[in-house]
Amino acid sequence: MKLKLKVWRQEDAQDKGGFKNYDVDGIDGDMSFLEMLDVLNNNLVNEGIDPVEFDHDCREGICGSCSLQINGEPHGPDRRITTCQLHMRKFKDGDEIVIEPFRATAFPVIKDLVIDRSAFDRIQHAGGYISVNTSGNTQDANSIPIDKQDADDSFYAATCIGCGACVAACKNASAMLFTSAKVSQFALLPQGKIEAHERVLEMVHQMDKEGFGNCTNTGACEIECPKGISLENIARLNREYLSASVFS
Amino acid sequence: MSVLESKIPEGPIEKKWTKHKNEINLVNPANKRNIDIIVVGTGLAGGSAAASFAELGYNVKTFCYQDSPRRAHSIAAQGGINASKNYQGDGDSDYRLFYDTVKGGDYRSREANVYRLAEVSSNIIDQCVAQGVPFAREYGGLLDNRSFGGVLVSRTFYAKGQTGQQLLLGAYSAMNRQINRGKIQSFNRHEMMDLVLVDGKARGIIARDLVSGEIERHSAHAVVLASGGYGNVFYLSTNAMGSNVMAAWRAHKKGAFFANPCFTQIHPTCIPVSGDLQSKLTLMSESLRNDGRIWVPKHEKDAKAIREGKLKPTEIAEEDRDYYLERRYPAFGNLVPRDVASRAAKERCDEGYGVNKTGQAVYLDFKAAIERYGKEKAFTSGHKNPSKEEIIKLGEQVVESKYGNLFEMYEKITDQNPYKTPMMIFPAVHYTMGGLWVDYNLMTTIPGCYAAGEANFSDHGANRLGASALMQGLADGYFVLPYTIGDYLADDIRTGTISTETEEFVTAEKEVKERIQRLFDAKGKNPVDYYHKKLGRIMWDKCGMSRNEKELREAMEEIKELREDFWKNVRITGKAETKNAELEKAGRVADFLELGELFAKDALERNESCGGHFREEYQTEDGEALRDDENFKFVSAWEYVGNPRDAKLHKEQLEFENIELKTRSYK
Repeated sequence: MKLKLKVWRQEDAQDKGGFKNYDVDGIDGDMSFLEMLDVLNNNLVNEGIDPVEFDHDCREGICGSCSLQINGEPHGPDRRITTCQLHMRKFKDGDEIVIEPFRATAFPVIKDLVIDRSAFDRIQHAGGYISVNTSGNTQDANSIPIDKQDADDSFYAATCIGCGACVAACKNASAMLFTSAKVSQFALLPQGKIEAHERVLEMVHQMDKEGFGNCTNTGACEIECPKGISLENIARLNREYLSASVFS
Repeated sequence: MSVLESKIPEGPIEKKWTKHKNEINLVNPANKRNIDIIVVGTGLAGGSAAASFAELGYNVKTFCYQDSPRRAHSIAAQGGINASKNYQGDGDSDYRLFYDTVKGGDYRSREANVYRLAEVSSNIIDQCVAQGVPFAREYGGLLDNRSFGGVLVSRTFYAKGQTGQQLLLGAYSAMNRQINRGKIQSFNRHEMMDLVLVDGKARGIIARDLVSGEIERHSAHAVVLASGGYGNVFYLSTNAMGSNVMAAWRAHKKGAFFANPCFTQIHPTCIPVSGDLQSKLTLMSESLRNDGRIWVPKHEKDAKAIREGKLKPTEIAEEDRDYYLERRYPAFGNLVPRDVASRAAKERCDEGYGVNKTGQAVYLDFKAAIERYGKEKAFTSGHKNPSKEEIIKLGEQVVESKYGNLFEMYEKITDQNPYKTPMMIFPAVHYTMGGLWVDYNLMTTIPGCYAAGEANFSDHGANRLGASALMQGLADGYFVLPYTIGDYLADDIRTGTISTETEEFVTAEKEVKERIQRLFDAKGKNPVDYYHKKLGRIMWDKCGMSRNEKELREAMEEIKELREDFWKNVRITGKAETKNAELEKAGRVADFLELGELFAKDALERNESCGGHFREEYQTEDGEALRDDENFKFVSAWEYVGNPRDAKLHKEQLEFENIELKTRSYK
């Protein structure tokens, strides 16, 4: 396959940035999207041009590093996958592909396609934990049975990989899906209930402070989420938030 | 006379750890506030250690090259974590977990460390549940278990196929709590470039800010390296793209001995290589071997027809299939340990029975499991005479609930539906049992420099059992280091802050900068990947699943030549003062080019076959590994003396007082 790429290039956070056009040839359908970018980068190095910077690590859809906006969609045209799991068989010979970083005020560009997602970390610092010491002096793991449905729902919420596709997909650049997933994971478990009120208030407060937009229930986040995190989590966050605001 | 002092406590094995904890020095809470610890790497070992140190009151700095601690590669672990809870009542105990691990490691691990690991394993599960880790549960609300290779009990706790992710997010949440308290400063997108020694003790690191390119000095009273394994020396592996040996190798060059580098785990169930431009291999969890049956065609002509696309696997009759693991190892069947399963797959493919285009793949088939589960499900839901379609439909639902995400992942990569046609799998580099040599306290041969998790060598011998890496990472971080590090730091309560203005720091920084400059100065013609791929090829062909003297010698020469060429002809674009992925890769590959040579040397000098180390010269008549306990019952700890090939060997003799040394048999 031969492809025309339109790639966002930006020297650093201060630079204004813009699109550059590149052609790549010899792309095979079994290659992943990032392997296609590897080919581009090796070509660029051979020509003495700075390669395109992009975040990636595990290349199996779990670390949440990769983050590209491909033809206007976070993680590209396929559903329930990250960019590293997108394969070139989804494209055809001669296609033009537009590649940009995730766009959001709270995710400033570091270089080219690399963005700063530390705002997500700070939301987690604010309350994304259960205050238990790591001394091991806890009770036996089976001493509190947990309803299987609750445990499963908690697990599904916890599968969020923190990639930021929800923010990139949202017209308001809201981080509600991300934040609600963490709030839900703990709110559904007996261990997390004790600090539930404080947690939701702190995390939402931090989310607002970081400059993420508000949620207007459009639902684009759920569609673009590579892990299929459900909008039900946002409903649960709202419920938790309301109850915390009333009772604290 | 060996300089290796393992510091294994006296007394019966089940009392050693308790006795040791009672006797080591403690640091009082007020003094802990004046002591700094650096933790490099934020995976299960590093993340859990950092959180635990901070909770105890130490001031902690963590470093990771990823943009968040949560992305460390522990996150990709799929299948589960072992613990000797015996919730299933199937005869498990600390001793059995200890025994299985030592036997699984082919008797090349240290008994006392492994026993301690088994002893604290139950506590890990309690701890994680208290942190809100959503493990899989049964309908009664209690925790579920499954079985992994090399054992006869069900002791593996899991969260679907994302156990590593859930455990890492647990450790990360414990870190977050301490970050929020101001007790951990986390330096993300930072890479450790060198270890700094002051008066022979580890007192800090030189790090590069990967965004600004700035070279920074950080001091501490102790440095913990939890930087993972070195599987990427093979280029293609299941490791993350950024996984590297830099932290461990820098420490090695400063005096930390590197133990058993040739002990590498080749995992039997990975998605086969599809093309030359592939960058990474994907694991299919060992848990699949609970239900999947591994086979190749019984007749070579069928294998050939499949390779040519003239025959489909589903068209091959039951009696024309060779379930070779069940045939060779009836007692353990498809659940033999990883090294055994990998070699058996290679043997079949080498004989011409491989099934994909390249002939480098075998089948992992779920048809029998789907039928079995379907029948059971139909029966329990009242359909006593279900149709075949009904059975398959129900069976697929059960399999989906157990392995759904893995099947989905397989389909995304290969474009084939594993519910309808068997998966194709082949062994791939997955984990490195070797690593920095550590004593019972997890301290390396450099005072004050510790190694934890995959970065050390201590618990898995020559082969790691499935679901034991997560156990070891968390055991080291939550339950071992928080005790043992105090023993060392008790002498530092009057030291005060370590200055970064001393000559040692100045020199170390200068050396790091010069090294970076040398990489740019090569101004050659080849991108970094060119060298990494070449190195990977040598490693896989000559230091891979089976090794021999001739090829190991060749590997050492070829790696040396490649390294020399690298420093002359590598081409790094861009600048050192900005984000520069090529420069990051170059630094890592430069270290792999040294480690690779030591790896081959270690494999060459270990004249026996054990675990993942299979020397063709040392095998039984039916092709099983032939261990030599008389001459090789030791840990090879290598001291750096200038060139990887000149490394000096130190032997730690292994004593087996609680387990009788036997030929490992899974037949």
